[in-house]
Amino acid sequence: MSALIAQFINLLAALLLMLSFAMLAQRRILTLIHLFTLQGITLVLSTTVVGYVTSQPHLYYSALLTLLLKVLLIPALLYRVIDRLRVRREVETLINIPTIMLLGILLVMLAFYLAQPLSQMSSSVARGTLGIALACVLLSFMTMITRSKALPQVIAFLSMENGLFFAATSATYGMPMVVELGIALDVLVGILILGVFLFHIREQFDSLDMSNLEQLRDE
Amino acid sequence: MNGLSLLAQLLDILLALLLAPLLTGWVNQWRAWLQNKTAPSLFQPYYTLHKLFHKELIVAHQASPLYRAAPYIVFGCMVLASAIIPTLSTDLPLAPAADAIALVGLFALARVFLSLAAMDVGTAFGTLGARRDMLIGFLAEPALLMVLFSASLISRATSLSTIVEGLAHQTLVIHPSLAFAGVAFTLVSLAENARIPVDNPTTHLELTMIHESLILEYSARHLALFEWAASLKLFAYSCMGLALFFPWGIANAKTPLLLLLALPLLVFKLAVGGALLALLETFSAKMRIFRVPEFLATAFLLAVIGMLITLLLTPFGKAA
Amino acid sequence: MPLDFVLWAVLAWLLIGTLGLMALRHLKLVARVLFPAGALVGLCLFGAAALALDTPPHTLILPLGLPGLPFHFRLDALAAFFLMLIGACSAGISLFAGGYFRQGEGTPPGLLCFEFHLFLASMTLVIIADDAYAFMVFWESMALSSYFLVIANHRLAEIRRAGYLYLLMAHVGAVGILLCFGVLQAHTGDYTFQNLRTQQLPPAAASLGFLLALFGFGTKAGMLPLHIWLPEAHPAAPSPVSALMSGVMLKTALYGLLRITFDILHTPQWWWGVVLLGLGLATALFGVVYAAVQVDMKRLLAYSSVENMGLMLAGTGLAALFSAYHMYPMAALALSAVLYHAFSHACFKSLLFLATGSVLHATHERSLGKLGGLIRTMPWVAWLTLIGTLTSAGLPPLGGFVSEWLLLQSFLFTPGLPNSFLNMLVPVVAAVIALVAALAGYTMVKFYGVIFLGQPREDKLAQAKDARWLERLGMLWLVAGCLGLGLFPAPLLAFTHETMHLLTGTSLAEVTQQSFWLLIPVAQQSASYGPIIFLLGVVSCSLLAYAFVRWFYHGQLRRGAPWDCGFAAQTPRMQDTAEGFGQPIRQIFEPFFTLQRELPSAFDQAPHYRVQIFDPFWNWLYQPVVLMLNVCSRTVGHLQQGRIARYLLYSFLTLIAILLLVKR
Repeated sequence: MSALIAQFINLLAALLLMLSFAMLAQRRILTLIHLFTLQGITLVLSTTVVGYVTSQPHLYYSALLTLLLKVLLIPALLYRVIDRLRVRREVETLINIPTIMLLGILLVMLAFYLAQPLSQMSSSVARGTLGIALACVLLSFMTMITRSKALPQVIAFLSMENGLFFAATSATYGMPMVVELGIALDVLVGILILGVFLFHIREQFDSLDMSNLEQLRDE
Repeated sequence: MNGLSLLAQLLDILLALLLAPLLTGWVNQWRAWLQNKTAPSLFQPYYTLHKLFHKELIVAHQASPLYRAAPYIVFGCMVLASAIIPTLSTDLPLAPAADAIALVGLFALARVFLSLAAMDVGTAFGTLGARRDMLIGFLAEPALLMVLFSASLISRATSLSTIVEGLAHQTLVIHPSLAFAGVAFTLVSLAENARIPVDNPTTHLELTMIHESLILEYSARHLALFEWAASLKLFAYSCMGLALFFPWGIANAKTPLLLLLALPLLVFKLAVGGALLALLETFSAKMRIFRVPEFLATAFLLAVIGMLITLLLTPFGKAA
Repeated sequence: MPLDFVLWAVLAWLLIGTLGLMALRHLKLVARVLFPAGALVGLCLFGAAALALDTPPHTLILPLGLPGLPFHFRLDALAAFFLMLIGACSAGISLFAGGYFRQGEGTPPGLLCFEFHLFLASMTLVIIADDAYAFMVFWESMALSSYFLVIANHRLAEIRRAGYLYLLMAHVGAVGILLCFGVLQAHTGDYTFQNLRTQQLPPAAASLGFLLALFGFGTKAGMLPLHIWLPEAHPAAPSPVSALMSGVMLKTALYGLLRITFDILHTPQWWWGVVLLGLGLATALFGVVYAAVQVDMKRLLAYSSVENMGLMLAGTGLAALFSAYHMYPMAALALSAVLYHAFSHACFKSLLFLATGSVLHATHERSLGKLGGLIRTMPWVAWLTLIGTLTSAGLPPLGGFVSEWLLLQSFLFTPGLPNSFLNMLVPVVAAVIALVAALAGYTMVKFYGVIFLGQPREDKLAQAKDARWLERLGMLWLVAGCLGLGLFPAPLLAFTHETMHLLTGTSLAEVTQQSFWLLIPVAQQSASYGPIIFLLGVVSCSLLAYAFVRWFYHGQLRRGAPWDCGFAAQTPRMQDTAEGFGQPIRQIFEPFFTLQRELPSAFDQAPHYRVQIFDPFWNWLYQPVVLMLNVCSRTVGHLQQGRIARYLLYSFLTLIAILLLVKR
């Protein structure tokens, strides 16, 4: 039975990676938010399952926290932001999408290669997932780099945190509750600050194009 | 090779020939329903085929024998393709002749002949269609191959029968790589079967059509054969998808009873799959032709990641 | 004695060549007698080599050449395989050449005949050479004779330029090979291969030897970034010569690489495999992408040769990787794919080059944009070329598919290399190979469709004459090769078993001999491919469909005009062009191209559209080297003042310097 559950966690890990990849290849902000929400749901599921397998009740709490925060609250906030900012349009990426995805594959290979010795040391149920979590983090980073608009960068940042969180739950069965609460709060505060920041950028430049920030440097 | 496997093989081919237009009709019906239109009859494709076969054939003055042979060759390729894909049973006498790679080659062969035939008369549309179709082909074929490889890495075989048998008759195991392969396969089959985000099977608009522009010059029985071949291709892809991702119920033909049981199950799975296809088509919008390479590159790379994941998640030495 | 047979064949070729020299302008004699006789010799060579496969290695020492440095010859299974390739292909090409060469095309026919057969003889001798000295002599004579063949039409400046580039690169490569032998002899001073084989080199020296060999043979094979001469020289040569160079001569480079990596250095290191694999895949992808956008038919084929050599190099790399980890059965599988591909590439690429020759003679056009519709005026060439095109596109049930199939199999059955990073390369490499194969299909549809299908783009094409019977015969022989290699892979693969044994110590003998009909590399359960059943399936389904349609309905047919989209003033010039067909590839792979575009403006009186694609390596790599050389030579040029006294001074100073040196 536990073999099957381990495979289920692997499947969820694969889904997480797929969602990260989809975010990398996505042009539309609205779809990005959808994908982010789906990532949250996957995370909730995987945390619950790990909690069930290892019978650690605190993982249930952290799953609940994830559900509230990443599936409900943050997406709702993001929807409000794009409503207020009216940025539903497609966003052009800095490099063309096939090249981005090719780089993405290289990153995945790199992550798998780096995680190989680590996951062989680990004894947890889902040892292979560490590489996938690392790949998710790198892919989200890549998404941040390749977007020129602020909002996709914020979403990519949040998804990077998802990858880290998944690494924590799958490899070490979660962090202590205090740390987790702290991170959750940090993320929440972070997004609020970013939201304010976004509005300010728009007031200043009439657009959310981050390349405008280049004007701010000293000449 | 015994009598039963021979029977299964014959049944496989006959079923494909007969059911393929029905599947097309079913998808069309669902599409009409979902778009609030009055649906054509379920048997409309048969009526169309019958009508086309009856019509007088008109061939351009300059058409070469290649042009006239192509419909038969393409049709033959599609029949063989549906013969080697396990639909009811995995014990098929023809299956050893072609494995997954040869199956992709078979589709490529049909595509090349179709494109060459389209270029033969030398009208503007034919060459345009050939170019676009080859464009789709050169990205979709490797993607399909990678999907099949993801499955074959699991059973360490490229023989379709062995892959399907391995997937269908083992104890319940979840293969994460198949999730990637499944998404990639969906994208590829949409493109290969000229379905909506890539091509529209009902349009004759110059700027967007792909498959229709290839066969624009064809009429009567040639056109009928192409239409039939197109629905056979849809059928073959559907069966391939079902065999890879929902293989339960495909008999290994040791017992005739299982073979009987496999038939209604197949029809049921096809019906659901066809309805889902119509749903997918209704939900998505046709994309610009220059976005198609992106779309297919996504499929290709997803399938490659699927293979990578297989290698990551199967521990060393245990790949069996 | 097969080796004697081979030497007799070489002698016969040289004799034919000499006879050609005597009948310098006697076209009838050269074309109708000498070239067909050369083809016959090729067939004999093929037979002798096939016999030699099973016999143990045979050596011979001929006291030719410099005193004290006799030529060593050796005929083993590896050499025999490549001799078979040379014999079989040259037979078809020689037959074709008999019908091809005409009066008044540059070099007189007798001289061409001499150079052609000298070229054949030196290729054969390269394969059986068993010491570095003989190898280099024949390698150079191969390069020289082919150089003269390339510049057969030397009145055109661009052909002279292409020939010069070819000669230059051939010599740069030869220097690499020479240095490689220098490293391999390990201070023993004995350059026979027998001695090289027994040396146990330290890993660093072995690696150096391998890299030098890779450089030298890679230049000949058109490996990235040393491919630069190939797309220039192959189109410049007369078509039978292009066929010989692309189909046969490139394989001598593969032979040399296999000989050194697997036979002389016997244990490859794993990173050699990775280097070969990477370079091979890059070459293949580069070649096919560039082939897809070419508008000159012979240049397109030349780039396609680059692609195919890339695939062979990649397969060799894989085999080296497996050998390094002692996975010999897998190495044998990969190598058999390479050898099979070498043979089928020799058949189809020669065939396609010959076809371009026929088209060139009939239409005097090399540019795809001015051809079209030739299937109606040249049915023989068109239908024979169709087989070659399908083979080249890697479609079942023809020869090109079998090798791709075997190559992909050897990737899939990689049972876990002990290095996790290498393991992860497997899917990526398989993906690249699949992509290359699919792109080759795109390229070949373009090649065939634009030349033979559609409507003639120029009026003069309506008068195109079909190939003559000798040309047809030569092409038929190569078509038979494409078909045979495609349909009987299992029995034909048996020919590579001895070669496999020599290179990897094991072979696929047990598994492939299970069945005549099915090709089974590992076990029937895991993978099998039966091309004959496949072909019968497609053909019988098509015929049944035809019969049923006739039976149940009717066979009426009316000819009419094609639909003109409501625009009656269409001309054949309005068809899609070769540029148009390559446009999607140009768009997708835009970053890889160096483009020069001339777009017409709206007010142009004579609108002109031109796209030219340059090889980026020319700018990145070769231009700087050329500039540097120019600067150097200009500096040296200051020494030259044109006054005798000054030159005498130089000699005098040199003399003094040498005397001082000797005194010490």
